[in-house]
Amino acid sequence: MTSAAPHQRLRDDLLRPLLETSWRFYLLVGVLGVFVLAGLVAWATQMWFGFGISGIRWPVYWGFFVTNFVFWIGISHAGTLISAILRLVNAGWRRPVTRCAEVITAFSLVIGAMFPLIHLGRPWLAFWLAPYPSERLLWPNFRSPLVWDFFAINTYLTGSVLFLFLPMIPDFAAVRDRSSGLRRRVYRVLALGWRGTPKQWHRLEAAMSIMAVAIVPVAVSVHTIVSFDFSMAPVPMWQSTIFGPYFVAGAIFSGIAGLIIAMAALRKFLHLEDYLHPVHFQNLGKLMLVMALLWGYFVFNERLVTYYGNGPSEMAVFWRTQRESFAPLYWTMVTCNFVLPLVILGITRFRTITGCVIASFGVVVGMWLERFLIIVPSLGHKYLPYSYGTYRPQPVEIIITVATFAAMCLLYVLFAKFVPIISIWEMRAVQHPSPALIPPATAEHPLGETHA
Amino acid sequence: MSHAEDAPTLYGLMAEFDNPTALVRAAEQARLAGYREMDAYSPIPIHDLTEAIGARRTRLPILVFIGGMLGGLGGFGLEYWSQVIAYPLNIGGRPLNSWPQFVPVMFETTVLGAALAAFVGMWALNKLPQPYHPVFNVPAFARASTDRFFLCIEAADPRFDREATGQFLQGLHPVGVTDVEP
Repeated sequence: MTSAAPHQRLRDDLLRPLLETSWRFYLLVGVLGVFVLAGLVAWATQMWFGFGISGIRWPVYWGFFVTNFVFWIGISHAGTLISAILRLVNAGWRRPVTRCAEVITAFSLVIGAMFPLIHLGRPWLAFWLAPYPSERLLWPNFRSPLVWDFFAINTYLTGSVLFLFLPMIPDFAAVRDRSSGLRRRVYRVLALGWRGTPKQWHRLEAAMSIMAVAIVPVAVSVHTIVSFDFSMAPVPMWQSTIFGPYFVAGAIFSGIAGLIIAMAALRKFLHLEDYLHPVHFQNLGKLMLVMALLWGYFVFNERLVTYYGNGPSEMAVFWRTQRESFAPLYWTMVTCNFVLPLVILGITRFRTITGCVIASFGVVVGMWLERFLIIVPSLGHKYLPYSYGTYRPQPVEIIITVATFAAMCLLYVLFAKFVPIISIWEMRAVQHPSPALIPPATAEHPLGETHA
Repeated sequence: MSHAEDAPTLYGLMAEFDNPTALVRAAEQARLAGYREMDAYSPIPIHDLTEAIGARRTRLPILVFIGGMLGGLGGFGLEYWSQVIAYPLNIGGRPLNSWPQFVPVMFETTVLGAALAAFVGMWALNKLPQPYHPVFNVPAFARASTDRFFLCIEAADPRFDREATGQFLQGLHPVGVTDVEP
């Protein structure tokens, strides 16, 4: 037996989800589809009856929708950022992880970008944000962070989709050569006539490494610009110079959590135990531990500076979150984002796949609460008493929020059904035993171990 | 010497190998034997092969640079024209050309231009999408995306001769040698 046997097993394992469909797939799609449908109905209801049926009213104009917007844009940092960094440092263990991660980016950005639209009273006028020579002779104000958002998110979305699609082309060719009938015709179109000549491979790899370099600063800029939406507004606790890195750190933090959950689900339901090893989870768990410490530092910093400055409006918001009405949410956030990951991921014995997944669920909940606690307590208690108010989420907002989580799962399930979720050719490139073909850095090694 | 009746009906001769090392060696041998119009096909990127086949470095980085510059200048041009000329508006007493605030959008359009150039450039240089290519006429080529490695010496090469080239390829110990219909 030569290299043919592991090749075929690799291909069969990774293509099986595409070629075989069980009733569980339809059941899952059906259940998730019902949730997504409910969310669409809720949105349509809100459009029909107007914003009065949501809980957003003076002075808290940003509620669940903007929380979800920031949260999902944050989750999107899992993918392209992590995969680009791992590509750039040539970490061998990245190979089965990168595509799982990049898909999260593409879909969570789509979902996140929906929320400014859902948040519009008249979503059909969203195109007014785009700069184009209109009959109104108006142009968007390029000094506004909201316009920066529009450009940043669209650039990130475009770049991430291209970055995701490029290495998929050789895999489409593999599916094309394996299937028949209509499926073969579809993947033949998607494979674009890929032949795998040295020049083609060379250009593909060149394009990938260039885009990996380009996408990292964009990912950082996206969440920095999202944080400008807050920090450039005169609202207590928002006007802070740390908001840029604070948001980016939180985004990467929640992104890793989302990635670990997605990978655990793939491993379990697509039987990818031979490809997603415990070492992948442990490495991502270590990254998440670092981000938990960083997040903890930023929260401490934010609190300390506010306390030391002792401005009356800031302190009002400060105590509202720490002791008063928002205290249960606040301490849940601290537990989920800091205590839980520190205990589970900090102790080697607990840093198993199950442990990482539990910590990740905690972080997802905690990061959602963090976004909520940045937005609502500040908006409900600004500088003057005329602008004090409360916020109570209404059913339409809760349904739409739940629906977006279902939409994320649905899109991910469908993607894993139609595209090999682990890059076949990148896995195969490791399999070749010839040392001349594989630089030593791509050998499987845990994080923290030095390269040979 | 040449087979005049065969030449127009043949795209080339294709040898099939079952491991990358054999393909790299075969490509080197073919190059030493003077063949230039040839190409290799593999399911994984093989860096030695790029040199063995005589491919030069790609021009993609230059395209990306041009794309990024155009994106950045275009972004600033859009901002300057719309904020200063087309629709001048006093925002908090700032100068109309308040360029520091134009930087974020400029940065994003720069990267957008570069990313689009990398993607479109990769397609264009690789001539994708390519709906038809003669090598797909070989049934065994279906394994080129999985576990087989191919070397095709094309009939366009001046040294190509059906008999001699076939014998040369057989001498490289391939799994098989096939005619490629045009």
